Amino acid sequence: MTALVLVEVENGAVRQASRSAVAAASRFGAVDAIVFGAGAEAAAALPGVTRLLSVPGLVNDLAEPAADLLAARAKDYSHIVAAASATGKNILPRLAGLLDVQPIPDVVEIKDADTFVRPIYAGNALATVRSADSIKVLTVRGSNFDPVAAEGGSATVETIEAPASGKSVFVKVELSASDRPELESARVVISGGKGLKDAANFKLLEPIANKLNAAIGASRAAVDSGFAPNEMQVGQTGKIVAPELYIAVGLSGAIQHLAGMKDSRVIVAINTDPEAPIFKVADYGIVGDLFEVLPTLEKAL
Amino acid sequence: MTMKVLVPVKRVVDYNVKVRVAADGSGVETQGVKMSMNPFDEIAVEEAVRLREKGAAKEVVVVTVGAQVAQDVLRTAMAMGADRAILVRTDDTLEPRAVANVLKAIATREEAGLICMGKQAIDDDMNATGQILAAKLGWPQGTFASAVTIADGRIEVSREIDGGTEVVSLTLPAVVTADLRLNEPRYASLPNIMKARKKPLETVEIDSLGVDTASRLTVVSVAEPLERKEGVKVNSAAELVEKLKTEAKVI
Repeated sequence: MTALVLVEVENGAVRQASRSAVAAASRFGAVDAIVFGAGAEAAAALPGVTRLLSVPGLVNDLAEPAADLLAARAKDYSHIVAAASATGKNILPRLAGLLDVQPIPDVVEIKDADTFVRPIYAGNALATVRSADSIKVLTVRGSNFDPVAAEGGSATVETIEAPASGKSVFVKVELSASDRPELESARVVISGGKGLKDAANFKLLEPIANKLNAAIGASRAAVDSGFAPNEMQVGQTGKIVAPELYIAVGLSGAIQHLAGMKDSRVIVAINTDPEAPIFKVADYGIVGDLFEVLPTLEKAL
Repeated sequence: MTMKVLVPVKRVVDYNVKVRVAADGSGVETQGVKMSMNPFDEIAVEEAVRLREKGAAKEVVVVTVGAQVAQDVLRTAMAMGADRAILVRTDDTLEPRAVANVLKAIATREEAGLICMGKQAIDDDMNATGQILAAKLGWPQGTFASAVTIADGRIEVSREIDGGTEVVSLTLPAVVTADLRLNEPRYASLPNIMKARKKPLETVEIDSLGVDTASRLTVVSVAEPLERKEGVKVNSAAELVEKLKTEAKVI
């Protein structure tokens, strides 16, 4: 059995979530990888990758040509795997549609080549499912699979022509400028909720994030209220994180938020309401006004 | 504009309910639990209604696949402004692939010019039906939409991606899946709820569509996740930092 992994490269480096996907795919047997746009060099260096399919002409990850191309290659593979990232979740279900198979999203555990564990109901239940499809199309959660190293491999590279996109055209992308680590791979995450009261107060998280080299996240309620952009959302419908340390500031811990962070190793909660559900999952809690706690925390660090 | 917008919606366990796993591990308890329209589907209904109000669409048709009781979410959608509804009746639980087969049949019959739907149902958390449907129809897709504009036979979709926002331009017909920031759904007013009772609701037996609705996944078991232990309260930031350093050894 050979698996094909869709690898995402950003600024010349393979994303950590993609390195986790390679690690997960290696459970099935040999691993080939495919990379769209630039980045063949970084992807070919991943340990465990035998062959790299490079499609330099397919820039911007448009789902339509990407899924067409994957479908044309699919018969060579038992499994097609991607990170459960925005790109993976856009392209792989479309591929599954083209192949007429049922995709298996957000895999957190691989039992065997056909059997997978995935969270349902915002992580309040874990379903073990067995697939009867001949080609399994799955996305995996990076936080549940230790990534392979970034270097050490030497895959053979096959360059492929990009198919015409036709029905979809890329217009533009606006990336948030940030020197901080990515939410999904940061060692420390500090997240704010509605308790911060407005967008300007999100800045209060920055000095602490700077000291801990942390990524900054937000609850859905905070995103809903316009305090923070959607790409900062942690939760069932945002990003799933499992850092070493998660600091929840002024957020109550709604079910859908907990779904995105409860696998963190150590959780700290700061909230005025001692009954807030976030304290039920927190290792350490401070009941208090965040506007008083945050400055003292910064000083104590 | 003569475009018809098809909005698939799903009846799910209400987002405020913390579900319990059934004792026999076959699934989760849904008996006596509050059910609602999937929140992302409400956003999709709202967007479709706004497109009609702006004159970019002629008609908004909502469709659901499920048991007879699922018609309550269709009435809700019509109270929000959808013009008519279709219930594709089945007592089985269908996977996204099967739902996409059903929706493809309905979209073809209705000659839909746009399908606008939620990006993800909050019960199975699959985030797949829209993409599968787009593939099966051979239509382009604009997933995780935070804004849409229709002009000159195309739809421009702003998409939520990991590092920010991306804009793509798609030919119509197309499939758009709604993300959180696309809009804020309206509440249905009482007069509109009354009016919705009189709007047409057609029931289609799933077998009459003649599509493949078989499951490809077998649920082996459903289990509770490991519960985290409740930790301790500390009295000050200094104490917290001390514990993070010496006890948790995380900083």
